[in-house]
Formats: sequence, C-alpha cells, structure tokens
Amino acid sequence: MIEFKDLSKEFSDKKLFENANFTINDGDFVGVVGKNGSGKTTLIKILMGLEKPSSGTIKLSKSKFKFGYVPQFRNIDSDYPLSIASFIELNLKKSGMIFKNQTDKDKLAQALEQTGLTEIKDLPLGLASGGEKQKAYLAQAIVNNPDVLILDESTASLDGSAKEKLMEVVQKLNQEQKLTVIFISHDYLLVKEYVQKCLFFENHHIDMKDVSELSEKVFED
Amino acid sequence: MFQYEFMRQAFVASTFIAITCGVVGVFVVARNMSFLSHTLSEIGFAGAAFGVLVGIAPLTGMILFTLVSSILVGSMSSQKERSEASTSAISSLFIGAGILFLALSAKTSSYATNILFGSIVGISKENLLELIILAAVVLITVMLFFKKLTFDSFDSIGAKAAGLPTIFLSVIFLITVALSVSIGAQVVGSLLVFVLLTLPGATAKFFARTIPGLFAVSIGLALAGVWLGLVLGYYTNLPVTFFISIFEVLSYFIGLLINRIKTK
Repeated sequence: MIEFKDLSKEFSDKKLFENANFTINDGDFVGVVGKNGSGKTTLIKILMGLEKPSSGTIKLSKSKFKFGYVPQFRNIDSDYPLSIASFIELNLKKSGMIFKNQTDKDKLAQALEQTGLTEIKDLPLGLASGGEKQKAYLAQAIVNNPDVLILDESTASLDGSAKEKLMEVVQKLNQEQKLTVIFISHDYLLVKEYVQKCLFFENHHIDMKDVSELSEKVFED
Repeated sequence: MFQYEFMRQAFVASTFIAITCGVVGVFVVARNMSFLSHTLSEIGFAGAAFGVLVGIAPLTGMILFTLVSSILVGSMSSQKERSEASTSAISSLFIGAGILFLALSAKTSSYATNILFGSIVGISKENLLELIILAAVVLITVMLFFKKLTFDSFDSIGAKAAGLPTIFLSVIFLITVALSVSIGAQVVGSLLVFVLLTLPGATAKFFARTIPGLFAVSIGLALAGVWLGLVLGYYTNLPVTFFISIFEVLSYFIGLLINRIKTK
C-alpha cells in the first residue's frame, strides 16, 4: 500500500500540485493522466525517492519497497550487442561477475516467460522489434519481483497491436501475480480499457477517480 | 627470446596492460565513448611531455593530466552535439602543449618517439612494478563496482530507473579510462593507445551476446595482439606497435565483415 498525504510540489517558477491525498492499494491498476507538464513524472520521481516533495509525506507499507520502472525512452541502437536475456540480467543484483546463482536463474526464466520472450531470449536486443524491445524493458523491470510496476509512457512509441500485446502482459501480471501497476499514459483508449482507477492531474490538484469518469478532454493540452 | 630479461619484462607488462585495456575497453565501447580514449591519449602525450619538462616521471605526468581532463571531457561529452568539436579542440590544444613542453625540456627526439609510439621493450624493473600496481588498481576498482558499472554502461536509463548512483559510476568509469590510457600508452604509445582500449571491445560486439562473452573476447583479442606484436617485433626487428595495430584493426574488420554477412 502507498499512502500519499498532503503532498505538494512546486519549483521556484511553477506550482505543480498541492495537498494531494490518495492511496494506492496492493494489486491496484492505476492510470495517471493529465496534461503535459502537470507533474505526473515528478510525482513518480518523488514516489521513487529521486526527488523531494515541497511538503507532505508518502507512506509505504514496508521499509524495503521495490520499484520496477519502465521509462519511455531507451538508447538501444541496432548494433547493441547484448541478447534479450543478458539485457534483462543487468538488473539482477545478487549474482557474481560471471556466473548466476540458481535464484537469479529462476528469476530470469520467470521474467522471460511472463513477458513471452523465452523463445527469443538469445536474440540481440538491437535487432528486436519495437514491441519486443518494450517487453524486454518490462521484463528487466519485473525481474527483481518489485512491489509496484511503473510504466512511464511505455507504449507511446508502439503501434496499435504491439501496444495491446504489451498491455495484455501487464494486465496478466496485475491479475495473476497481484502486482500493483501505475500506468502513466496519454492514450485515452488504452487507459480506458485496462486500468481500474485513475489519478487525475487537473488545476494543480491530484484526484483519484474511477476510470468511468475519464474523458478525452483530460489529455488535451 | 625468453632468455632476455627485457623480453620477459615486456611480456609481463604487456599482459597486465592488455587485460586492463581489454576490460575497460568493453565499458568504453558500451558507453559510446571511443572518442574519449582517443582524446585522452593525446592529453596523455602532453602530460608525459610535461613530466619530462618539470622533472617528474612521464607516467606520473600522464596520469595527472588524464585524470583531471577525463572528468572535464566526460562532463562536456554529455552535450552530444558539442562533443566532437569541443574534444577536437581540446586534443589540438594538448598536442600543441605537448610539443611545446618537449621543446622547452630540450630532450632528444627519441624521447618524444617513445612517448608517442611506446617503448615496451625498453621497460625497466621499476616501471614494470608501477604498471602492475596501476593495472591492479584499475582491475580491483572494476571488480568492486562490476555489476553496477555494467548495468550503467549497457543501459544507463535502466540503471538510473533502478536507483543506481549513475553520476558516481561515471566518475569511476572515467578514472579507470584515464589510468588505462596512461598505462596502455607504455606499450603502444599515446598516439595509438585507443588501439588497445577501443578496438578489442568494439570487435567483441561482433562475436559475443553476453557480458562474460564480451569481456572474454575483448581481453583475448588484446592479449593476442600484444603477445603477437612482441613475438613478431622480436623476430623482425620492426616496431611492436605496428604489429599490435595491424592485428587489432584486422580483427575489427574481419568481425565487421562476418557481422554484415550474418545480418544480411
């Protein structure tokens, strides 16, 4: 569980949001929507401890809370040498320099299976399709069994069918593994289809509402 | 060949230097910072010449210059569009300074040749010990931060997202590059240090798909290059650096060719 209490953030020249109070429960699939520059990514940075709030607190249900974060952009060129499996392994923290222990081998196998990448695990990531790359980023984020998975515009660069496939994997993780998911997106249809409730960023306020209250207007700049 | 002490010392020194450059080269290539090893090698030349001028060991001068400037160059390269022009400017400045330092020190031109093209066969026992200690410092540093350094080098965005101290890791990387340039220059000279520090790592990209594989190929190619260079240099009396360069460049182009054929 993540409890946001009286959270405010402002920069010297701009107020982002103030007095935000809401709770994300274990197993929730939460959309984060709002106009560009409304503070969505900043909120996530504060949650992950990468930025400090101007005031207010965030209470996490346990002290060693693990985040899995899938950013929008990655600098993976076509000559990127590592295989998909080796790329995912980068986030395995306990293994030695050369050899993996059994726990890490199991974690890798599980992440590959959950994302449907087992068959192409030896493919160089640089040669994978956009959808496969995004699944590899997702697999790397979940390989350490995080408490919450954060997708930051992760579908933005994908075409329609690749988007659906990625979101189906995420939905399965949410439903079967009870993984809490926070999904930042500008994609109205995708948010409407997959999330249960939404954090609305409007007029310097953040409100948790049911997804049925979502309208395309929220995304308009 | 091994009955001569100078050859035995040359082999020991080259082995340590090749392993160090092979390891650090993988990070250099993964971070797309090959230009950095090139620029640092020219800065290293100026450092060595400065050492000669003020009466300290050329290696010490080299380490001093490369360490300070690696941090400066590294921070400049973050602005990609400026990196090429600015590093070229820095290179020119330091080569010019190096020439000035050598002229002022009134040393013979063979001194400059040694710095520029390497003098591994003439390495002294004291220098050998220095090189081994420096190589050990680099390798131990890499081992201590290996997992984090590989994550940050091969996926800087993911490493940042996973909460790794990426700025600190960049500094660690730059220090290891600066030291590797300084010790690598002892074998192939400051002018060609990137031959050992970049090419084996770049060639490894064509043949390996895993982290251990990349390091194994890179170290293997660096070692094969220096050993072959020493043997051929001994028997032909031609410069060792020439053979090392030819071997590493050929390996790179063969890798490139095989890779092209495979991906067609």
